[in-house]
Amino acid sequence: MRAPLENELRSIQVDIIRMGTLIEKTIEDTINALVNRDLNLAQTIAANDDQFDQMELEIENKCIYLIARQQPVASDLRKIFSVVKIVTDLERIADHCQDISKLTIDLAKKEYVKPLVDIPKMAKQVKDMVRMTIDCYIDQDVEKSKAVCASDDIADDFFKVIVDDLELVMKQKPDEVKQCMDFMMIAKYLERMADHATNVAEWVIYSVEGTHFEGNNS
Amino acid sequence: MSQLYDNKTVYDVRDLNLWYGNDQALKNINMKINKNEVTAIIGPSGCGKSTFIKTLNRMIENIPSVRTEGEILYHGINIFDKIMRVEELRTRVGMVFQKPNPFPKSIYENVLYGPKIHGVKDKASLEEILETSLKSAALWDEVKDRLHDNAYGLSGGQQQRLCIARALAVQPDVILMDEPTSALDPIATAKIEELIDSLKADYSISIVTHSMQQAGRISDKTAFFLMGELVEFGNTEVIFSNPRDKRTEDYITGRFG
Repeated sequence: MRAPLENELRSIQVDIIRMGTLIEKTIEDTINALVNRDLNLAQTIAANDDQFDQMELEIENKCIYLIARQQPVASDLRKIFSVVKIVTDLERIADHCQDISKLTIDLAKKEYVKPLVDIPKMAKQVKDMVRMTIDCYIDQDVEKSKAVCASDDIADDFFKVIVDDLELVMKQKPDEVKQCMDFMMIAKYLERMADHATNVAEWVIYSVEGTHFEGNNS
Repeated sequence: MSQLYDNKTVYDVRDLNLWYGNDQALKNINMKINKNEVTAIIGPSGCGKSTFIKTLNRMIENIPSVRTEGEILYHGINIFDKIMRVEELRTRVGMVFQKPNPFPKSIYENVLYGPKIHGVKDKASLEEILETSLKSAALWDEVKDRLHDNAYGLSGGQQQRLCIARALAVQPDVILMDEPTSALDPIATAKIEELIDSLKADYSISIVTHSMQQAGRISDKTAFFLMGELVEFGNTEVIFSNPRDKRTEDYITGRFG
């Protein structure tokens, strides 16, 4: 009588993949809106965040009902527990897209103090990490998950460079401090998104091996 | 009357009370059993769950001291009504018991006993019923080469599936099961549970079980009985994740008493 358990696990997996893919797309839109000062796109992203909250809730409910009804143990239990953790991290990533888009709505009203160079690069890195973690989840791939954890350093390095850069701009153009602070927040959000992607990869490792991997979570 | 009835409902139990002599075994039961759903009935020993299920096909009347009040509408018709023929009811509502109870006859005779009594004579029709019933009960592959062997030679789990095939042979609408796996080992139990899951596409199933885990795994709706009362009845995932009544919570979490 494990067929219902298997089916439901598969259905949850499809939900996670769908959510992950949509978040990937949202990260791309978020950064496009920022780079192109696209007010409409930023507003749409900010308004659409509810869908991710809804997806999180639905996946959580499926998990809790599955635990209540099927009493999963061992790898089944780890799989379901990991999903509950992963879905939280994914939702946080989506939240940060919304946070960035809200700042974009303000920023888009004025010319930027300087062309955006590192922020789009960092955003691409984060997007790639998210895509890789979803792949890790689909393939339950431990080695790739460890690679994702290691690549968090790249995002951290971007963050440091962006902060140093903004510090310099703020010194040179004290009138633009507000805008620089907004960009700093954006960089921080991206850095947190990379951390959440790392968490997802760590939960994939836990799901497969049953051990907590100490990833790079600084 | 039956036209007014929503056709999802198979049984509509209304204010059912039942006494054994002076002892009241069921108190004001109200509940609906839906088509193509598995309804699990759980509760501690003596809570009335077996009494309830045996009332649904009026088997309970075999006990002389039984007295009932209230209505049980089966497709809109009260089963206690004079127009309801009890033989007809029990053909439409099959039953499987705790211990497998095949007749001391061949597998063939066991399955075809019902259809023959109902007047099916044509050999081809009988063989078709035999094969479909055994296939639906997931037993065909195991017995197709020894259909004329005595049923007592089958394992307990196979005997139980034979009893399910025998119930299916008369084309019922509902199958009542009274702890159908409590005498079986875990593998035979898993087979019966899988079978129940596949049968609900064509039948409505009510199952009394002592195993809360089993109720959780296989049912769509769960009814919790306690001392003759229906304490809680609802979707299984809700009952097992967030029951409303403290008594249900205590029972399913094993804190009872």
